[in-house]
Amino acid sequence: MENNEVVDYEITDTGVDPLSNVLKMLKHKEHDNVVATGYGRYLARMHLRCPIITEIKAYAIGANFLFPECRTVLDIGGQDSKIIRIKDGKVQDFEMNDKCAAGTGKFLEVMATTLGFTLDEFSSISSLAEKAVPISSMCTVFAESEIVSLISSGADRKNIALGLHQSILNRIIALMGRIGFEEPIVFAGGVAKNQCMASLLRAKLRMKVLSPAEPQIVGAIGSALAAKQEKASNLKDS
Amino acid sequence: MNNHDKMWKDLGLDVVLHKELLKSIDQTFKQTVGAQNQRPDTMLYFDNVLHKSHGGRVAELIEARGAGKKFVGTFCIYVPDEIAMAADAIPVALCGGTQFSIPYGERMFPRNICPLIKSTFGMALSKTCPYGPIKDLGVGETTCDAKKKAWDVVNFHVMEVPQKKGDLDFRLWRQAVVNFKNKIEELTGNKVAAHRLAETINIMNEKRRALQKLNEYRKLDPPPISGLDALVVMQAALNDEPVRFTEHLNKLNGELDDRVKRGVSPFRKGVKRIMISGCPSVMGNWKVHSLIEKSDAAIVVDETCTGTRYFSNLVDDGTEDLEKQLNALAERYMKIDCACFSPNNERMESIEKITNEHTVDGVVQYILQYCHGYNVEAIRVTGILNKRKIPNIKIETDYAEEDMGQLRTRIDAFLEQIG
Repeated sequence: MENNEVVDYEITDTGVDPLSNVLKMLKHKEHDNVVATGYGRYLARMHLRCPIITEIKAYAIGANFLFPECRTVLDIGGQDSKIIRIKDGKVQDFEMNDKCAAGTGKFLEVMATTLGFTLDEFSSISSLAEKAVPISSMCTVFAESEIVSLISSGADRKNIALGLHQSILNRIIALMGRIGFEEPIVFAGGVAKNQCMASLLRAKLRMKVLSPAEPQIVGAIGSALAAKQEKASNLKDS
Repeated sequence: MNNHDKMWKDLGLDVVLHKELLKSIDQTFKQTVGAQNQRPDTMLYFDNVLHKSHGGRVAELIEARGAGKKFVGTFCIYVPDEIAMAADAIPVALCGGTQFSIPYGERMFPRNICPLIKSTFGMALSKTCPYGPIKDLGVGETTCDAKKKAWDVVNFHVMEVPQKKGDLDFRLWRQAVVNFKNKIEELTGNKVAAHRLAETINIMNEKRRALQKLNEYRKLDPPPISGLDALVVMQAALNDEPVRFTEHLNKLNGELDDRVKRGVSPFRKGVKRIMISGCPSVMGNWKVHSLIEKSDAAIVVDETCTGTRYFSNLVDDGTEDLEKQLNALAERYMKIDCACFSPNNERMESIEKITNEHTVDGVVQYILQYCHGYNVEAIRVTGILNKRKIPNIKIETDYAEEDMGQLRTRIDAFLEQIG
């Protein structure tokens, strides 16, 4: 970032060797300062000796920067879902899904494959499906076998896909209910790219939902802003 | 530990698997407790209590049994050790805190019950618990559904802990205490005499006083001891011979006194002060304490069964009349504010008091997965903490390590929130 604008960004899979990926990416990018966030933040700190912040804080800062009026951030990423209530750009309260992978991007990815859709097809399914088939299982393993039995019983895979989106959404909304969220809501993370999920969320909440142009880099923007602040205040490595 | 091979074999343990268990616990210990800096020297004793819990301590119990004493395995902090000790029996708490044995526990027990029960019975089922084969009596209680049905399976003596705190409930509990005394007398062939009970009440009160004193040091900024080390002391308290334990704890307290004077602490002044509230962390389980303190915060008090619930309130020792002593015991143990009670207003009052006394910056409600009592009571606790504007977070987890990444994110974000 430069003068409060994103000048360059790159998204890559974590892969099996996230550190090398990060080092490779950083090598070609001019930078004054680095702040790491996400599950790999401690790994990054160990090698880059950089400060770290949690993705909760990063998403709060990033969302507040993109949409200063934002009061709630919903981030559905690969590993987990998070709801963050913010006030004046600061985290007031947050919730994360429990241990299981349900309600995350990974779950959707697995289910798309089970149903034989590409992720793009999967995400535009709401416009093609006629009627959602309800899915009760929320565990990745059980949902997969439930889907297999639904397919065998002749259900339309488009309708199953819509049912899946709906059941995930219900779980997310229950999670949101725990922290008393307010609008406007910024929907971020990889799953925000899923149009079906975004439109279902709007319809169900009937609240103002804002979508960043690139929902996957909200946390990176937050980290970059933290890096800038870090440089200004010269805080010691935490 | 090799010199115990014969003992383990004689006890009928699966010696190979048992070694793997010890290795697994030792590894976790090294990564958590052992990885700390600035530990008090006296902690070595308490580390050793844990290390010897399957070896030296068991040998000691076998020897005592050889001399005619009875060994009583207990669960939960409701069992009055004083009574067992007064009849020359040796009570030791046997709760399991290791992930290693859980898959074995799940061979018999449902998966969706708490890890403490699965871990405990998993050790018995996998023949890696040296206490099972030598115990003369197992004593359980009725603090949760899973436990009380588990005691049924293994034919334990069950003390009925009431669910409410009225007069009728107290009478029920007092009778449970008397029944336990009768059971112990029957087991040992010794009568619980008033003068002996006065002695053991004194021994246990001294132990509680020493633990209370340790808790006082944790009110300081910075505390001279980590929360993880204080937990190790508590875990040792559940296993060690009480007089010896108290003697060493008094030594530790002396060292802490000296550390305060010299300004020695594992933490800097102004460190974020966290209270753990809810479920116990028994031997083998250092997971959440370690995560929090590795993230540059200090656990300054445990409002748990391996914390204040264990050592708060002394037994009234002003009498040598057996009936009055039994009353005093029933009264003291009934004051334990377990989430099995409804309503449990005393716990709410206690939490307000403790957060004040320890100048707590934030509270982590620690819920063992599937512990419905503490999990549901968390709603009320959250309400009280929110009203007092104390940041708080509820963490529900088991002994497994698969959610460490996520827990770390949640704990770090919580600490960021405290600022």
